[in-house]
Amino acid sequence: MNVIDIQGATKVFNPGRSNQVEALAEIDLAVEPGEFITLIGPSGCGKSTLLRLIASLISPSTGSVEVNAKPAEQARLDRDYGMAFQTAGLFDWRTVTKNIELPLELMGWPRLNRRRRAAEMLELVKLSEFAKHHPSELSGGMQQRVAIARALAFSPSLLLMDEPFGALDEMTREHMQDELLRIWKETGTTVVFVTHSIPEAVYLSTRVLVMSPRPGTIASTIGVDLGDRSAATRDDPAFFKKVTEVRIALREVEG
Amino acid sequence: MNALKGFSAPIVAGVVLFGLWQGVLSLFNPDGFVLPAPSEIVGALIENWDEVYQGVRITGFVVVSGLIAGIVLGIIAALLVTRFRTANETITPLAVAVNAIPIIALAPIFNNWFGLTSPRSNQAIVVALVFFPIFINTTRGLTQVDRSQIELMESYAASRSRITREVRIPNAMPFFFTALKLSTSLAVIAAIVAEYFGGRQDALGPMITQSAGLTRYDEAWAAVLAGTAIGAVLYFAVLVLERVAMPWHSLIRAHGDDK
Repeated sequence: MNVIDIQGATKVFNPGRSNQVEALAEIDLAVEPGEFITLIGPSGCGKSTLLRLIASLISPSTGSVEVNAKPAEQARLDRDYGMAFQTAGLFDWRTVTKNIELPLELMGWPRLNRRRRAAEMLELVKLSEFAKHHPSELSGGMQQRVAIARALAFSPSLLLMDEPFGALDEMTREHMQDELLRIWKETGTTVVFVTHSIPEAVYLSTRVLVMSPRPGTIASTIGVDLGDRSAATRDDPAFFKKVTEVRIALREVEG
Repeated sequence: MNALKGFSAPIVAGVVLFGLWQGVLSLFNPDGFVLPAPSEIVGALIENWDEVYQGVRITGFVVVSGLIAGIVLGIIAALLVTRFRTANETITPLAVAVNAIPIIALAPIFNNWFGLTSPRSNQAIVVALVFFPIFINTTRGLTQVDRSQIELMESYAASRSRITREVRIPNAMPFFFTALKLSTSLAVIAAIVAEYFGGRQDALGPMITQSAGLTRYDEAWAAVLAGTAIGAVLYFAVLVLERVAMPWHSLIRAHGDDK
C-alpha cells in the first residue's frame, strides 16, 4: 500500500480571474512506506503547493490526492501526518514541553501520557534539559528540533517538511540533517521534504524529485542509493556524482 | 534588586525636578499666582482632603467603569471582526469614521442626551475614547498571526474556535496590553475634560474649573494631582496584569528576537 498516491492532480489559483496562476499541472506520484522523498526546484515551481496538497491544507483543482489509501482531507482529519515548516512555528506562550504536547492535547491524550511522550520526544531530539524553557530562550536550530519533535509526537506514518532547515547556518544545517536521518531510521516514518539545496536533497533522500516551474510538474526523478549516511558520505565521489546529476536536471528545467 | 534599579533613576529625577520647582518659585514668585509651589499644592491637598477624596471616588468610578465597558466592547468587536467577514466590512469602516470624530467635543451633546448632572455622559465619553485603540490593536493581534502556526493547527484538524483560543488570542495579548496602557491615561483625560462640561459637581473636573475660577490655583493643582494618581494607579495595575497574563513575554524581551 502506498503512503501517498497522487493521480493527475492539478492546482489553479484564482481560476477565471486576471491573476489566475496555474501552479501545478498533472502531477502523478506514488510514495511507498519508509521512503525519503525530496522535492527540489526553482522558486515558483510549486513544490510547497504540492506539499500542501498532500497535507490537504489546499485541495486540488482536478485529480485526486490520497494518503494512506484515503482522501487527503480524511487523512488530515485522522491526523495521519506531522508537519514542519521553515519557521519553527512554535508558540511563545507555551513551554517546550507544552509545544510538543499541543497535537496530543488536540487528540485528547490524557495528561500523564502527554507528559511521558513529550519527554521521550525531547530525548529523541536531545533537548531534555530544555523541557521547561520557552521557545524564545532557544537558538534557531534548537527551535527547529522542537518543531520536529512536535511533528513526530503522535507517531504519524508520514512527515511533511517545508524547507525546515532553510533558515539555519551551514553547520547547524548539516547537524540537523544527520539528526533527521537518525530519527527517520529509528521511527520508520515516510518523509516528504521540500528544499532549495541540492546537497541537502542528495544527502537525505532515497528519491529526489526535480520540479520545473510554470506550471509545476515533476520533470525528473533521481533515485539515490548511497547506503547509510555519515560525515564521510559528504566527501564520497558517488555523492558528488549524484549532486551533479541533480544539478544538470535542475539546469534543464530552468534553461 | 533589579526592580529597585529600575525605579531609582525616575525617583531621583522626580525629587530633583520638584526640588528645582520649589526652589525657583521661592526665589522668583513668592505669591504663587502663576504656578504654586509643590509645598502649597500638598498643603491644599491636605486642607481639602475630604473634597479631593470625594472627587477621586466620583471621577475614579467614571474612569474605571468607562474603561471596563470600552475594553469589553472593543474585545467583542475585535472577535466579531476576526470571525465574520461581513462584520469586518461593516464595523471597521464605521469604527474608523467614529474615531475621526473629536469625541471629547461631544461632551456637551452627551450631557443633553444623558442629563447634565448625570455621570452617564462622562462614562459614555470614556467608553467611546477607549473603545477604538482596544478594538484596532486587538483586531491586529488576532489577525496578524504567523501563517505557519495557522497551517500547523489546520494540519491537526483543529476547529476554528480552537485555533482562536490556542493561537489568535495569545498572539493578540501583547497588542491588547499596549492599547490598554495607552487607554488608561486617555480615560483619565477624557473623564476630567468631560466633567468640565457636566456630570456630578463633586467630581475632580468641576473642582478644577471652580478652583481656577476663584483663582485658588493651589486647589486646582491638588485636584490635578489626584487625577494623576488615578492614572498612575491604573497604569501600574495594567503592568501587573500584563506580567500575570503573559509571563512568557518578559522572556522574549530579555532574549530579544534572535531566532
